[in-house]
Amino acid sequence: MRFEHPATFNPIDQLKVVGRPTSRIEGPLKTTGTAPYAYERHDVVTEQAYGYVVGSAIGKGRINAIDLAAAKAAPGVLAIVTAGNAGKLDKAERNPAPLLGGPEIAHYHQAVAVVVAETFEQARAAAQLVRVDYAPGDGRFDLAASRDKAFTPDPKIGGPADTAVGDFAATFAAAPVQLDATYTTPDQGHAMIEPHASIAAWEGDGLTVWTSNQMIAWGATDLAKTLGIPKENVRLISPYIGGGFGGKLFLRADVLLAALGARAAARPVKVALQRPLMFNNTTHRPATIQRIRIGADRDGKISAIGHESWSGNVKDGEPEVTVNQTRLLYAGANRMTAMRLSELDLAEGNAMRAPGEASGMMALEIAIDELAEKFGMDPIELRIKNDTQVDPEHPERPFSKRQLVECLREGATRFGWSRRNPQTGKVRDGRFLVGFGVAAAFRNNLLTKSAARVRLDRDGRVTVETDMTDIGTGSYTIIGQTAAEMMGVPLDKVVVRLGDSDFPVSCGSGGQWGGNNSTAGVYAACVKLREAIAQKLGFNSAEAVFADDVVRSGNRSVALAQAAGNDGITAEDAIEYGDLAKTYQQSTFGAHFVEVGVDADTAEVRVRRMLAVCAAGRILNPTAARSQVIGAMTMGVGAALMEDLVVDKRHGFFVNHDLAGYEVPVHADIPHQDMFFLDETDPMSSPMKAKGVAELGICGVAAAVANAVYNATGVRVRDYPITLDKLLDRMPDAA
Amino acid sequence: MTRVSFDVNGEPHQLELDTRTTLLDALREHLHLTGTKKGCDHGQCGACTVIVDGRRINSCLTLAVMHQGNEITTIEGLGSPEQLHPMQAAFVKHDGYQCGYCTPGQICSAVAVLDEIRAGIPSHVTADLIAPVRLSNAELRERMSGNICRCGAYSNIAEAIGEVAGRSA
Repeated sequence: MRFEHPATFNPIDQLKVVGRPTSRIEGPLKTTGTAPYAYERHDVVTEQAYGYVVGSAIGKGRINAIDLAAAKAAPGVLAIVTAGNAGKLDKAERNPAPLLGGPEIAHYHQAVAVVVAETFEQARAAAQLVRVDYAPGDGRFDLAASRDKAFTPDPKIGGPADTAVGDFAATFAAAPVQLDATYTTPDQGHAMIEPHASIAAWEGDGLTVWTSNQMIAWGATDLAKTLGIPKENVRLISPYIGGGFGGKLFLRADVLLAALGARAAARPVKVALQRPLMFNNTTHRPATIQRIRIGADRDGKISAIGHESWSGNVKDGEPEVTVNQTRLLYAGANRMTAMRLSELDLAEGNAMRAPGEASGMMALEIAIDELAEKFGMDPIELRIKNDTQVDPEHPERPFSKRQLVECLREGATRFGWSRRNPQTGKVRDGRFLVGFGVAAAFRNNLLTKSAARVRLDRDGRVTVETDMTDIGTGSYTIIGQTAAEMMGVPLDKVVVRLGDSDFPVSCGSGGQWGGNNSTAGVYAACVKLREAIAQKLGFNSAEAVFADDVVRSGNRSVALAQAAGNDGITAEDAIEYGDLAKTYQQSTFGAHFVEVGVDADTAEVRVRRMLAVCAAGRILNPTAARSQVIGAMTMGVGAALMEDLVVDKRHGFFVNHDLAGYEVPVHADIPHQDMFFLDETDPMSSPMKAKGVAELGICGVAAAVANAVYNATGVRVRDYPITLDKLLDRMPDAA
Repeated sequence: MTRVSFDVNGEPHQLELDTRTTLLDALREHLHLTGTKKGCDHGQCGACTVIVDGRRINSCLTLAVMHQGNEITTIEGLGSPEQLHPMQAAFVKHDGYQCGYCTPGQICSAVAVLDEIRAGIPSHVTADLIAPVRLSNAELRERMSGNICRCGAYSNIAEAIGEVAGRSA
């Protein structure tokens, strides 16, 4: 089905199932520990051996030699795979650095060997006996030091490296009110609780991998490419994924090493990346340096806005596209953005929850707060004054829906923003200085092809199959709701099967595109199934009504179970998109409100209240969508206050590479969170009239926390995370 | 290799194990009770939380052979999909999870936390060590802080525990 014209009334608009708060259909499995994750599939193949990964101990250089003798002689060892004995390996384009390193080493903890043994304990012990002789080389590990040598990249995604409209330089120079500030964000880790894990089993030339991956088709394609085997010979199965956040978008070392280990040992092999390997072995959100310049008239209207960003990556890696929201969020006739990239020899930087906007909004939304203060203007009023209903670079392109102003106003009322004291450091509650902060939320809505297969069986059950994944996002449930609504059956009559490369190729989970696109693909398949059923019954498909397990047309009605017949009826289709995303700018909006208390003596920051108001098209399942947003708000608190992969600039690695050193929010850090969706449908996005929402929730949160800390203390911190050492020497007198 | 026997969810088990085997791996790899999760294997995330003789522990930080004669309760012992434990049902109702991987550990911890509070065991935030421990938000959040949920379901988890404890979070 091609979606080329704005959606009109369709069966989804009945909202009998879609749009209702619905508990996750897989909830009883997850809460009882019976949902099977990758490493746990004792049921799928017998004789599973265990692989343990050896990571490079240097950040850059070469391997002179590897001595495997002692490891091979260790009890239980079945095979050891290194680049030297793995056979010829290719490299997928989505993996800029090889997953199995040697003799060249691209980054610290790049896998250099996998030791396969009968038991986990034996594999782990033998892995310690692998002796690697390294020749360390000179690496580049310091983003700030590389800034002057950065080059102009040619980004594959996220727009051009440079944009310009009007005359930014002259207008900024002449503006009566100017802001020119530089912000930094550190490297951050996904730190999903389930490690990357895979079980690989060969049967002749065929390879099956039970894994944990967000993008099944990418994974299967890239595994086949890396191994140099036909894609048809590879099957990936990933029904449950213990968190991803972008860290499981791509083929990673666990998959490849399990496949190679299984080939070498002639046994099924399972490999989980050890937690201390994950941060340097896999991908991370790269650090950025961002300079923002805003010129405004005396009445608060922005006349010039510029955003420059520097980030680093491995060779052939992409820049962090932090400037995108600045091209769209606020009005202003004169604009520029620029991204520069340095080649660094740390692990690959890549997508983490809301790549680009999460980091970009961390800077931009402090800058707006700073600008408002220059006018003595309320930061909400400044944002409203500079709202735009069209793409500021291309005024002929309206936003399909844009309710930023409504989000800010609704949020202000709900949060009690009027109680904010605009003077900093003035509100005291016991030993805490109290502050309020606000930030806009913004994230683009992305449209991408997604397919599904739907079958009606003789018992009246509807089964949906698509390689879509559920990484905690609620895919199982919203796909089930979509099929139930379309076919006129209750949700418990729908079976949803996901995450298998044998199923039709979906959009996968990433970039907050999963919800809208995957359900639109299911919609398309259901439309086809409805037509097939109507045709079989001799009904006019345009008039057929599917409701209450029955299909009706005129005064005829047939139970769906009966219509299915003994063989059932199957239909498959995909949603594909026309030009509506070109004609209309499709984005999602919100407003974040945060109250913090900052200990007047120690400068410890405690988040006391949080509220997000979001406008993101139709909300398919308010329960799951709310969870996505509050989860993103939680990760935003981490970004604001604690998350920081600290770079050892001499040896080239993230020092705090485990869950004790890399701090993420825990229960005690997060208060009760409020969140509210504005009523919205967006007919430009898809027949579902929905948009992404999962990543909107993290965009802007950190800045709202930073702005609240400033309001509480009068200390402006522009280098994340806002740890107490950055506040202490500038705190107001505790007395 | 050493023999060890203990009860898991009321059933006796006798295992012959490599002495290096953690309780976590004994459960997951030998008994195939995979509801208990391995998130970090270093006692940093709480996903492997089980209840041993009434007290919650990180099963990755203890060797299986140290548990001769113990009574171990895992997530599978609390309830089943057909018959959920009240805490499991509350997590479903309040959407106190997303990806589901930390969830068994959160639920085992939550069940044990309420027992700890009832037993008057103080925590870092308990102001009065002599009075009965109050079932406050601060107490619940402090005691649950060893269980990381990267999906960020904390606010909903607090609601779920609060409901089972008979109060609002």
